[in-house]
Amino acid sequence: MSALFVEGVSILAPGLIGWNASRAVLTGERPYHAAALPPLAANLLPANERRRVTALVKLALHLAQEAVAMADCDPRTVCTVFASSGGDSEVLDQICAALTLPDRPVSPTYFHQSVHNTPAGYWAIATGCARASTSLSAYDGSVAAGLLEAAALALTEATPVLLVACDLPPPFPLLEHRPLTAPFGMALLLNPTATAPRLATLQVRPVGHRAPTTLADPDLEALRRGNPAARALPLLQTIACATSGRIILADEGEIAVNVDIEP
Amino acid sequence: MAIKPVAIAAYTVTNALGRGMTASLAALRQRASGLRRCDFEDCAIDTWIGRVAGLEQEALRGPFAAFDCRNNRLARLALEQDGFAAAVRDARARYGAERIGVFIGSSTSGIRSTEIAYRDRDPASGRLPATFDYRHTHNLFSAAELTRRWLDLHGVAFTISTACSSSAKAFAAAWRHLQAGFCDAAVVGGVDSLCLTILYGFHALGLASSQMCRPWDAQRDGLNLGEGAGFALLEWAKPGDDRAQLLGYGESSDAWHMTAAHPEGVGAAQAMRDALARAELNPGQVDYINLHGTATRLNDAAEDRAVLTVFGPDTPCSSTKGWTGHTLGAAGVTEALFAILSLEHGFMPGTLNTRQRDPALGAGLLLDSQERPVRVALSNSFGFGGTNCCLLFGHPHAAATRSRPS
Repeated sequence: MSALFVEGVSILAPGLIGWNASRAVLTGERPYHAAALPPLAANLLPANERRRVTALVKLALHLAQEAVAMADCDPRTVCTVFASSGGDSEVLDQICAALTLPDRPVSPTYFHQSVHNTPAGYWAIATGCARASTSLSAYDGSVAAGLLEAAALALTEATPVLLVACDLPPPFPLLEHRPLTAPFGMALLLNPTATAPRLATLQVRPVGHRAPTTLADPDLEALRRGNPAARALPLLQTIACATSGRIILADEGEIAVNVDIEP
Repeated sequence: MAIKPVAIAAYTVTNALGRGMTASLAALRQRASGLRRCDFEDCAIDTWIGRVAGLEQEALRGPFAAFDCRNNRLARLALEQDGFAAAVRDARARYGAERIGVFIGSSTSGIRSTEIAYRDRDPASGRLPATFDYRHTHNLFSAAELTRRWLDLHGVAFTISTACSSSAKAFAAAWRHLQAGFCDAAVVGGVDSLCLTILYGFHALGLASSQMCRPWDAQRDGLNLGEGAGFALLEWAKPGDDRAQLLGYGESSDAWHMTAAHPEGVGAAQAMRDALARAELNPGQVDYINLHGTATRLNDAAEDRAVLTVFGPDTPCSSTKGWTGHTLGAAGVTEALFAILSLEHGFMPGTLNTRQRDPALGAGLLLDSQERPVRVALSNSFGFGGTNCCLLFGHPHAAATRSRPS
């Protein structure tokens, strides 16, 4: 197996606002306190596009930007993988509601943004990156699947890959049927060749059915279980602690991924 | 060096032309379109659709009842054609259930279930019916999960959702996962089914044509939506392998606009060049191109520019959207398998419904079908968000013509 160097990382969730501010919480030096997310601006986009984009797109772009900035790399050279279990449920809710009205007035703007690869499209427009990009879902295993696809892309094409994973609680009435408890997003800049100072080295492989690695802190563990993207928390914690470790990313009925981590 | 080729060990399609490969091949040969005037539920749009007959009678039952929705009915129906599920069972015995990956493309999965649930909301509380099962119907992964459970596979599985390139990209992802050693064989495929979201969405964009779609025609004015599913079983080609093979793939992003293709087709051309480079083939070695060819004014013009840039005006190409309609997330696999039909049967379909080639377009469009050996065929898929994917397939007897590294 070949190694992947983590050259950039980002996180955004209640009480975990950016990597530098979150590291002490993830290492256990500071207690975790959930606090509301600040509004995000999508500054990368031209003004006309910025007005239209939804909260999920803003979250994805913010995460991508932070991880790329940390790695200090040219985003145009980086392939991308966007993993999200449910995509933009705000948009889907608007469309499904419009379909119940007379004449079914689906908004062209919402329909433009209804595809799962909307964040990928906006990232490409914002950065000018024309490289390959995968947008995927594997329900609660979306982070694990995204990490595998990112690793497969990085290793077989010998290219840096940006993995962005994020999900938002859907609006009512979908929320009752998909009860996510908090917003969460994370990004990793993975490089198969070392070009920048690294935060960690990963080896990734799928394994058979396994129990997932959990978190000792009950509030962080509740966050991990409350959002599919937050399934990455044990991995992010080990990276923050700069220790060696083995993490299993898994959910019932879905793929399990074994991640071996070295500082 | 050319990438290691992957053999297409088994494959199947189901769409408006019928169930299984034989129905599609016969309709392509007979120039019999699967399009009909829109009669999907109570949809009031004046357009044509490519609808799969009989899905209403194909309810999923027993342990699969939770998955029951139009999209998963279509997936299950397709998996049972052409001996596909049996071929996967044999592969499972050889490789083990944990070593076969599942890579499925879908744009809207079972969103029809959510549309119905919103229609049936409780008028007082606004809540959705308790019977609504988001996970097993609407969520994108539902398409991959149904496939995986129907075939009893336990390896890597996910749904790629990049609009109309989704199931083309499933082939690229499968190749990478095979190469990375994450699996030893792969079920790739795509499934998308008719729903009001896409019908009214494309109608709102002014892109759903009121006539049968006419790719590359001077009078083209939009697409027809269709539904379909297709699957292929991939494994590494063996020496002397006599099966069709995936020789290369190319992926790119337009980085231009969320829904409008780059007018010069820059990203599309890059994807075609990358596919050729991975296969170590020259443009002149490609015998047939199955175009994305949706029949919208701008998409066809952009794709034409891209094809001309890479191939010039002489490579035969055609769009098969006039038979199936645009099956969105299933278009990539459907047309990849049509390209494979061209290899296996020495048959290049023409372009149905197109009467007068747009004089502004210059690619080598076939209006009529041609019977001629096809050694290498390329399939294009492009989508919203500026996503491009190109797949290159060959038959082993094309190997002698492949260029050598200089």
